[in-house]
Amino acid sequence: MEQLIQKLKEEIIEVLNLSEMKPEEIDAKAPLFVDGLGLDSIDALELTVLLEKKYGLKIQTAEEGKKILYSVTSMAEYITAHKKA
Amino acid sequence: MSQTYIISDYCSIRNHEVVLHDKLVYANTDAVFPEFLTKIYQHFGISYPKFYKMDNLSKLGFLSADLLLRDKDIHQHYAGNEVGIILMNASSSLDTDRNHQNTILDRNNYFPSPAVFVYTLPNIVIGEICIRHKITGEGTFFIQEKSNPSFWVDYVKILLDQGIIQCCLAGWVETEGHNYESVMVFIEKSDRPNSGIANFDASSIHRIFDNKK
Repeated sequence: MEQLIQKLKEEIIEVLNLSEMKPEEIDAKAPLFVDGLGLDSIDALELTVLLEKKYGLKIQTAEEGKKILYSVTSMAEYITAHKKA
Repeated sequence: MSQTYIISDYCSIRNHEVVLHDKLVYANTDAVFPEFLTKIYQHFGISYPKFYKMDNLSKLGFLSADLLLRDKDIHQHYAGNEVGIILMNASSSLDTDRNHQNTILDRNNYFPSPAVFVYTLPNIVIGEICIRHKITGEGTFFIQEKSNPSFWVDYVKILLDQGIIQCCLAGWVETEGHNYESVMVFIEKSDRPNSGIANFDASSIHRIFDNKK
């Protein structure tokens, strides 16, 4: 799980162009939106594409998305639980 | 007392140089475009993380406006809806359009990037400047083969004459591959002709465009 969280942080920095940020500066349990990294709706779409492109996982509903994209940890937990072998 | 329109200041970013207040304020021949834009951002200590998410056209326009307005408290003199932004270029958002197209060419690897897609209109640069500086006045982006000062001087004067705006950011913001050029002026009303950089007319704009430090 720790490895996956680290990898996700690096991927988030890359896809969201958070060039001024280092992985260790992202609190894995902090909310990604509004507080925390202060991401916006376009970023949410970009993270949705990231999950689909890199992990083959589709978020089906907005409600599901809110839970999955809450934090880096929640994303990692979702990937771990649903990633195809 | 009759009023005239003046170019109170201008900023140009081109040829590895930044000219502000009619003076060369930054040059970096080592950094090629678009890295040059990041160097400018860092050199002037601008803090606006969203800058890194912008496409090159928006970065160029954002920096030009930010440097131009950094020492001016425009909201002390103008309401947000009294400030206009009139920009133009030749290549529209073509670079970003191509980037977007590249993400959707392969039907088996079809992952359009929302962050790229949102910049596939040239007027998004106006939106970025508006958000940063809380500007809500008239905003228009024209596509022209080359800068045509007579056209946009007339257009901005109409907006000022009719009282639709009281001041205006206007200029040319062009990116195409590694080529880039931004010349942005700030136009205000004044009861003192020949104050500021120059009177606002086509010949002054031509001079500023030709003024390569």
